Amino acid sequence: MAWRIVVGLKDKVRDARGERVRREIREHLGIELQAVRTMDVYTVDAQLSDAEVAAAAAGPFSDPIIQDYVINQPLAHDFDVLIEVGFRPGVTDNVGRTAREAIQYQTGRLFAGGEGVYTSVQYLLCGEISLADAERIARDFLANGLIQRWEIVPRSAFDAVKGIPATVPRVTSSAAPEIRAVDLEVSDEQLMAISRQGMLALSLEEMKAIQFFYRQDNVIASRKAIGLGAMPTDAELEALAQTWSEHCKHKIFSARIEYEDERGEQEVINSLFKSYIVQVTADVRKARGKDDICLSVFKDNAGVIKFNDDWSLVYKVETHNSPSALDPYGGALTGIVGVNRDPFGTGMGARLIFNTDVFCFASPFYDQPLPPRLLHPRRIFEGVVEGVEHGGNKSGIPTVNGSIVFDERFAGKPLVYCGTGAIMPRVLNGQPGHEKKARVGDRIVMAGGRIGKDGIHGATFSSEELHEGSPVTAVQIGDPITQKRMFDFLMIARDRGLYNAITDNGAGGLSSSVGEMSEDTGGFEMHLDRAPLKYSGLQPWEILISEAQERMTLAVPPEKLDAFATLAAEMGVEVTDLGQFTDSGYFHCLYNGATATYLPMEFIHEGVPQMVIPARWTPPVLQEPDLSQPLDMDATLRHMLSRLDICSKESVVRRYDHEVQAGTVIKPLVGVANDGPSDAAVVRPLFDSFEGVVVAHGICPGYSDIDTYHMMANAIDEGLRNYVAVGGNIEHVAGLDNFCWCDPVVSEKTPDGAYKAAQLVRANQALYDYCLAFGVPLISGKDSMKNDYMVGDTKISIPPTVLFSVIGKIEDLRKSVTMDAKSSGDLVYLLGRTRDELGGSEYYAMHGEIGRNVPLVDAASALQRYRSVNAAQAEGLLASCHDLSDGGLAVALAETAFAGGLGMEIDLGKLSADEDMRADRLLFSESASRLLVTIKPTDRERFEALFNGQDAACIGRVTGEKFLKITGLYGEILVRSSLEDLKEAWQNPLREM
Amino acid sequence: MVKQVRAVVMSGNGTNCEREVANACRLAGAEVVEIIHVAELLSGRARLDDYHLLNLAGGFLDGDDLGSAKAGANRLTHAAVKDSEETLSDQLQRFIADGKLVMGVCNGFQLMTKMGLLPALGGDYHTQSATLTFNDGGRFEDRWCYLKVDQDSPCVFTRGLRGLYLPVRHGEGKFVVENDTVLQQIEAQHLAVVKYCDAEYRLPAMDYPLNPNGSMAAIAGVCDETGRLFGLMPHPEAYLHRTHHPRWTREPDLPEEGMGLWLYDNAIKYIREQLL
Repeated sequence: MAWRIVVGLKDKVRDARGERVRREIREHLGIELQAVRTMDVYTVDAQLSDAEVAAAAAGPFSDPIIQDYVINQPLAHDFDVLIEVGFRPGVTDNVGRTAREAIQYQTGRLFAGGEGVYTSVQYLLCGEISLADAERIARDFLANGLIQRWEIVPRSAFDAVKGIPATVPRVTSSAAPEIRAVDLEVSDEQLMAISRQGMLALSLEEMKAIQFFYRQDNVIASRKAIGLGAMPTDAELEALAQTWSEHCKHKIFSARIEYEDERGEQEVINSLFKSYIVQVTADVRKARGKDDICLSVFKDNAGVIKFNDDWSLVYKVETHNSPSALDPYGGALTGIVGVNRDPFGTGMGARLIFNTDVFCFASPFYDQPLPPRLLHPRRIFEGVVEGVEHGGNKSGIPTVNGSIVFDERFAGKPLVYCGTGAIMPRVLNGQPGHEKKARVGDRIVMAGGRIGKDGIHGATFSSEELHEGSPVTAVQIGDPITQKRMFDFLMIARDRGLYNAITDNGAGGLSSSVGEMSEDTGGFEMHLDRAPLKYSGLQPWEILISEAQERMTLAVPPEKLDAFATLAAEMGVEVTDLGQFTDSGYFHCLYNGATATYLPMEFIHEGVPQMVIPARWTPPVLQEPDLSQPLDMDATLRHMLSRLDICSKESVVRRYDHEVQAGTVIKPLVGVANDGPSDAAVVRPLFDSFEGVVVAHGICPGYSDIDTYHMMANAIDEGLRNYVAVGGNIEHVAGLDNFCWCDPVVSEKTPDGAYKAAQLVRANQALYDYCLAFGVPLISGKDSMKNDYMVGDTKISIPPTVLFSVIGKIEDLRKSVTMDAKSSGDLVYLLGRTRDELGGSEYYAMHGEIGRNVPLVDAASALQRYRSVNAAQAEGLLASCHDLSDGGLAVALAETAFAGGLGMEIDLGKLSADEDMRADRLLFSESASRLLVTIKPTDRERFEALFNGQDAACIGRVTGEKFLKITGLYGEILVRSSLEDLKEAWQNPLREM
Repeated sequence: MVKQVRAVVMSGNGTNCEREVANACRLAGAEVVEIIHVAELLSGRARLDDYHLLNLAGGFLDGDDLGSAKAGANRLTHAAVKDSEETLSDQLQRFIADGKLVMGVCNGFQLMTKMGLLPALGGDYHTQSATLTFNDGGRFEDRWCYLKVDQDSPCVFTRGLRGLYLPVRHGEGKFVVENDTVLQQIEAQHLAVVKYCDAEYRLPAMDYPLNPNGSMAAIAGVCDETGRLFGLMPHPEAYLHRTHHPRWTREPDLPEEGMGLWLYDNAIKYIREQLL
């Protein structure tokens, strides 16, 4: 039988969670309630005695100081409407899992299969609300219908004696597992129907390649030999669809692109990835010679560079856009715990030391009607932030760097970039730590969570636009604790040398992880029936491709299997021997002895036909706007500071633990009141060394409307500029490119595909040109190419966006520099030249304009400047250093001043700038590669000597007055604002988020 | 044999701060510092009896899924040590009876409170009389706070200290007691070791953000009547060196050694003087 335990706060205890829900219901939905109280419900479905259930309720499930509980009775009273929200069957219920474990500890008995604890939350709403409003509150705020169910009970219908009857959301499936054959000898239309209905996301050409494969005599013969028919099995088709998905195979980046530029000149690019990304890294490494810092690039789950003689750094950035659009909380949570597994599964495994997050959203204050299936941007903002908060904080990894970029087009798909950095020994058990190899005969061992239907078709789903039929199963909820236990265990197993290779289970599940690892040996044999399941009823193909979270796959030598399994059992981690790596040449899966897949390794990995994509660059016709100079520059500056891209993100930053592990030396918030915007993070990963890891990023999708070439160039420069600002060594830095594009393949749905493909080509050209010029190798990256929304006639495509993340080193982190002004009397210098480059700027955007003059990056002069900045930092000459980006000089000045709690007097006439630039243009131009620094007057000579011959103008001084004063070109007072007003304008917009 | 101060940090199932806590113990001079996974203790291969200082580190035991540290407290109470008649909780009670030191930080403080180890009025180490619950703001927050030390407290960890500046990083840090009597006894016996306060360490603060979570009487940490058991929400292991301070780049006169280290220094000193 099932018991229902309801736990609620005692009447006099403040319900902070309820108060927050009430506040957010008002902000999200505009519905005013008198009060909201909350209660937790545990539905216990197991063979237990009443006394055992009572002990659980009184013990782990409730806190006697502040809570009351009841069993199979109502606790709710004095409400108008009750809404109870629980999970749908099969959705990961982390609290339910912990509750079950708690009962097991109490009773000393394990739950039997099919038994469980299920949790739900009751919201007791007080106020005059209609049932329709209650439905809205449930549907649009409290619950997500994809993963949750809810019940609305008005007070009049509430049974005050029995309460709400127990319902058990157990997964029930009567389907017997079977291996089904799929007939591909059908018409082209039917082939496409098979692809579409099966969520395979395979094109006709790909379906025909598969069809052709099965027609070959030698294939038919080899299949017959092991008792398989000529038709593909469902598991084979699914495995091919995962492996060949855009998500896994990067078909667009591998495509043959026929590019035509604005002059009509044609060029064929055989793989953007190989021609630009791999090539520039090879060229940079060659040029650097013995100073090459790369150890492992592009071949593993994450990139690896040198840190010092004993340690290497590992870094990976991922996106989790599509799932976050459907379920922002679960999508983002899974995004962060998912990317954690990448560095962890790199080489022989690495210890995770920091997370980074960059989000692209539409305005949370969006007030227009939303197309169907889209969640309100505010809800996405809130859900994503909370998901990353839970994922990062619970995993004990500090979130040290990030940003939030806003554009209305991100309503169609939010971008959720999650990065994780790690550290590993250069040498482990006598072998390089960043290398691994599965050997023939090694056991295929899966560790961590169990397999369910969650995440089925995640890889293929994210390879399509968001549409009406986007599958519910694509949504997963991460479980940081199960993963943490697994990581704790695997770190010990690594150091004891208990495995030969490790990789994570992400997109495509076992199909991808085992498929990739077996490339080391040339085949594998895996028994899907041995895989541990969350519930029965999964088909063999579902077990093969499920993306259920918190799982790693390992190659364990047979003689070490016992030691590996024993250690796992002690540490509460489930590990399962699924089969072995072979050199058979086949991707061979079985279920209860029957073959479920028998595919040649070569076909599954190399058989996908190369796409051919036309790309034509026709520069958009744009012009510079004719704006009049603002009359009130103080007000203009405040407006700029209040723009969403510029304003303070403190409310989000504080929700992330940014200093767990005690290594965050330069934190995201700096300055006299711990609230100024840091340019980059410095992390001290080793307690016995003052060498620091420096982490920064650049992202500027606003420039894509003009030219993605310059968008890319500026993103690279911004990443490096932020990195250098805090003290990162420009000679010891690597980059990661994460492309998020809208579909660039011409089709009926995408008539402007050739332009979008040309945008992609141009961004890659800039990536090559600027990484080479700056001497920065790329070590890892990812692309997400279908960031479009299409339902009915409505299509929303995101602006092409590249996140350029950088990781590198500062030799002595005690020489790090922060952005806040330090002392009255210090001199203020602007490094770099200010040009009439406001195209795509925040200033133009404020006026609803795009403009034409996008900032152009001069890498040679920038590199010289960054080297000089490093030299000045090494000599301890910089009191502060702040990068100029969104909002240009005026914003950087204001931030430096109020973060330091010190005024400034600035003379625009001293700027090194293009001639005839008006004051507003000087203040808000976004010319690249510029830094604002302050120095002690006594250091003037040494400082100027370092920048001899460069654009480095002394433009004013720091003052003890709490005002920012800027005089114009004619000596007139342009700005005279109190720091308090400027800071308020900057802090106000997102303070309550 | 050379007399050694032996410190242990219990880890596993969601602890996050074990490495930096161990580092703090090392910097403070403990000769033996070990991070022991709870599985090692449950297997019987490691025993709490072999140490003088037990650190319960910050983190999210079992995800704090049933309320902060609730499931963790349940495990220590019920899980049996292999091949023995005792639970870890029994070992812990013996550790306390032997006059040894326990410090719980953040999740470790939540764990101690929910197991009844703090404030343990009248020497009752089994009955919970206080708790830590959701911040008034309803959210997790990372923020540095000023803490006023009660110099009349029996706490051995804070001897000679007046104030501390440390970060809080929690969603459930609001200190609440069962009833007024409990609070009166805590205050009367000076068990409220550290209170959130103003930047000059003068007055306890009840308002956000100085008091980041709405704790009763601004209480940030408490000890038991012996002063040997101490728990606090702010993280002393997060301020061991000058460069941990959020404003170290603008405050050149900060000492090399961070304020958080003082607590560990005191603990090691006490052990050396009283337990070796």
